[in-house]
Amino acid sequence: MTTLALAKAINEGLRKAMEDDPKVLVMGEDVGKLGGVFRVTDGLQKDFGELRVIDTPLAESGIIGTAIGLALRGYRPVCEIQFDGFVFPAADQIITQLAKMPMRSLGELKLPVVIRIPCGGGIGAVEHHSESPEAYFTHTSGLRVVACSNPADGYSMIQQAIRCDDPVIFFEPKRRYWEKAEVDTAGADWYPFDAAKIVRPGTDLTLIAYGPMVKTCLEAATAAEEDGRSVEVVDLRSLNPLDSALVMESVKRTGRCAVVHEAPVFSGYGAELAARITETCFYRLEAPVLRVGGFSTPYPPSRLEDHYLPDLDRVLDAVDRSFTF
Amino acid sequence: MAIDASRGFSQLGGTEDPPELVQLLTPEGERVEHPDYDIELTPDEIRGLYRDLVLVRRVDLEAVALQRQGELGIWASLLGQEAAQIGSGRAMTDADMAFPTYREHGVAWCRDVDPVKLLGLFRGVNHGGWNPAEHNFHLYTIVIGSQTLHAVGYAMGIQRDSAEAAALVYFGDGATSQGDVNESFIWASVFNAPVVFFCQNNQWAISEPLEKQSRIPLYRRASGFGFPGIRVDGNDVFACLAVTRKALDDARSGQGPTLIEAFTYRMGAHTTSDDPTRYRVAGELEAWKLKDPIERVKAYMFKNQLADQEFFDAIDTEADQLGRDVRKRCLAMPDPGPLAIFDHVYAERHALMDEEREQFAAYLATFEGADGS
Ligand SMILES: Cc1ncc(C[n+]2csc(CCOP(=O)(O)OP(=O)(O)O)c2C)c(N)n1
Ligand SMILES: [Mg+2]
Repeated sequence: MTTLALAKAINEGLRKAMEDDPKVLVMGEDVGKLGGVFRVTDGLQKDFGELRVIDTPLAESGIIGTAIGLALRGYRPVCEIQFDGFVFPAADQIITQLAKMPMRSLGELKLPVVIRIPCGGGIGAVEHHSESPEAYFTHTSGLRVVACSNPADGYSMIQQAIRCDDPVIFFEPKRRYWEKAEVDTAGADWYPFDAAKIVRPGTDLTLIAYGPMVKTCLEAATAAEEDGRSVEVVDLRSLNPLDSALVMESVKRTGRCAVVHEAPVFSGYGAELAARITETCFYRLEAPVLRVGGFSTPYPPSRLEDHYLPDLDRVLDAVDRSFTF
Repeated sequence: MAIDASRGFSQLGGTEDPPELVQLLTPEGERVEHPDYDIELTPDEIRGLYRDLVLVRRVDLEAVALQRQGELGIWASLLGQEAAQIGSGRAMTDADMAFPTYREHGVAWCRDVDPVKLLGLFRGVNHGGWNPAEHNFHLYTIVIGSQTLHAVGYAMGIQRDSAEAAALVYFGDGATSQGDVNESFIWASVFNAPVVFFCQNNQWAISEPLEKQSRIPLYRRASGFGFPGIRVDGNDVFACLAVTRKALDDARSGQGPTLIEAFTYRMGAHTTSDDPTRYRVAGELEAWKLKDPIERVKAYMFKNQLADQEFFDAIDTEADQLGRDVRKRCLAMPDPGPLAIFDHVYAERHALMDEEREQFAAYLATFEGADGS
C-alpha cells in the first residue's frame, strides 16, 4: 500500500499499463514535457519516449481521429482531452466513428481507445473548464463511460479501461486530483471497473453518485447519521454499462433514493437512473427518486459555482425531502 | 528505411533562407524602409502608440499582481505581445470588427473597452463583461480557434451589406492546427470575405513549441488556401500597424482575406497557472528581451527628439495611476447574486428557468435568519 493523490494514482496506472503492454500510447496536448496541465502524464515521456507519449498538435478532432487510426493498426491509445469543455471539437470522431466502427465491421474491428477527460467544477476556473458532459456520451451507444472517484479506483480503473477492447470515456474529477488515499499498487486483484460499489452501507436511503460527488455524498451520509438517518452511498463507477443489479438491490432495501451529479438535472444521467429505478423498484419505493444536480443553465462564473454545484446542504435537503413523503 | 517520427523542424528546409519579416523599426530603434509597407506617422501618433504600449503593459502587470493576491482566478498575460496588439488594434476603423482570443487586452484597449471590464471573466464574476456591439470588439473566446469562423461569417455579412468595413480575427500559433481555423481559411477564400486573420505567433502553445504545430512558417499556410500571407515583426508596432492597415484596406476594397503572422514571443507564463520553467530554457527569453516592443519605440523617440524625459515620466505616472485605478475598481467589483445564474440564458421567458429560479430562491430562503441575516 502506498499513499497517492488521485492524479498521481492515475499516473502510476498509466505507467504500469505502458510497462505491461508496448502497444499502449499516450497522446494529447501538453502531455509530454509538461506532463499535462494536471501532471497526470508527468514523467511518462521521459521514460517511454516521444513515440509513445505524443504531444499532439492543438486539435481535438485530430487527437481522436488519429487515435482511431492507431487503434486500427493495433495500438491502444490513451488520449487526454485537456479540459471537459474541449472535448466537443472531437465529438464527431467520437460519436460517428469511434462508437460505431466496431459494430459496422460486424465485430471484426476493435477500437481500444481510452479518452481521459478531467471533469467537473469546483476549482474556480473560467468557462469551459468545469463541465460535466457525461450524458452526451452515455447517450452514445458503443462507448463505455466510467468515472473514478478516488485514488485506488483511479489506479485500477485506468488500467482496466486500457485493457478493455471497447472505446472508454474515462472521467477524472479534477477537483479531487490532489486528494490522497491508500492505493494497492502491488496486487492485481482489481474490483471490476464496470461494477458499482457500496462505499457506505445504510438502511434508510440510497444516495447514488459518481466521480466528484461521491465524496460529497459520503459527507452528507455522515451528517445525516447525526440526525438518526442511516444513508447508504453507492459509487456507480461505471455509467455505461450501468450496474443495475447493485443499484436496484440497494434501493429495494432502503426504499428511498436520491441521485447526485454536477451536470444539469434536466436530461441528465440522473433522469435515466430515476426512470429505471422507478420501473424496477416501484412497489418498494417510499418516495419518488429525487435528483440533485447543477441547474439547467450554462456553468456559471466561478464566483457562483458554489451555488451551482450540489453541496452537503443540497444533498441533505434532498434527504429531508425524501422523508416528507 | 525506418521512419523517424521524431524528426524535428530543424532538420527540414535547411537550404531555405529564413522567411522575410516586415520590419520598420529595428530592436535598436532604427527606422528602416520596406518597399511594400511604408507608413507616415506624425509625432503625435507615435507618442500615442508609445502611450498605448506602456499603459497596456501596466494594466497587464496589475492583473498579474491581482491574480497573485487571489483577486483573480487566473490571468493570461500579454507581456511581449503589446506591439502586435496595439499596432493591429490601431489599424482598425470604428466600423471594423475585432474577434479576440483571451489574451487580446491590448486590442481591447484600442477598442475603448474599460480595462476593468476585462477582469470580470478572470475574476469569475461574469463570462464576458462588455457589450461587443458597443465597441466592435467581440467577447473573449477561450475555445481555441472557434472565433475565426465567427469572424468570417461576420465578414460575409459586411459583404452582403456592402459596408465599408472588415473583420479582424486574432488567434495563436497553436490555434492554426484546429479544424475550425482551417475551415475559416477555406470559407474566407471561397467567399472572398473581407476578413484579416491576425495570428500572433508567440512561439508557444502552453508547453508546445511551434514545431508541434507546423513544419512551415505559418504565414505560408495562406497560399495553399488561395490568399496572401505575410510575416511581420510582431514586436514592431509600426510594422504591425502598416501591415494590418494594408490588409484591412484590401479587405474593405473587395480584395479578400490576408493572413498576417506576427512573429513575437510570449514573455510570461501561458497563464498564471502555468510554470514555463518545466519546458523552456531561459536563454530564449533573454534573447527576446533584447527585442522588447516598447524599448525600441522609446529609443527611436529619444533619437529623433520626439519626446523628452518629461514626456516619458508623465506616461509612467499615468500608467501608475491607471494601475491603481484598475486595482481599486477590481476590488470593488461585486459578486453577482446567486439568482443571476438563471439570467440571460434565453432571450425570451423560459419555463424551466422560471421553475428552477423559484425553487432555488425558496431553498436559499430556508437559510435566512440561520446566521442572523
Ligand atoms: C479547443 C481547445 N482545446 C484546448 C484548450 C486549452 N488551451 C488553452 S490555451 C491553449 C494553447 C493555445 O496556444 P496558442 O493558440 O498558440 O495561443 P496562446 O495561448 O499562445 O496565445 C490550449 C491548448 C482550449 N482552450 N481550447
Ligand atoms: Mg501561442
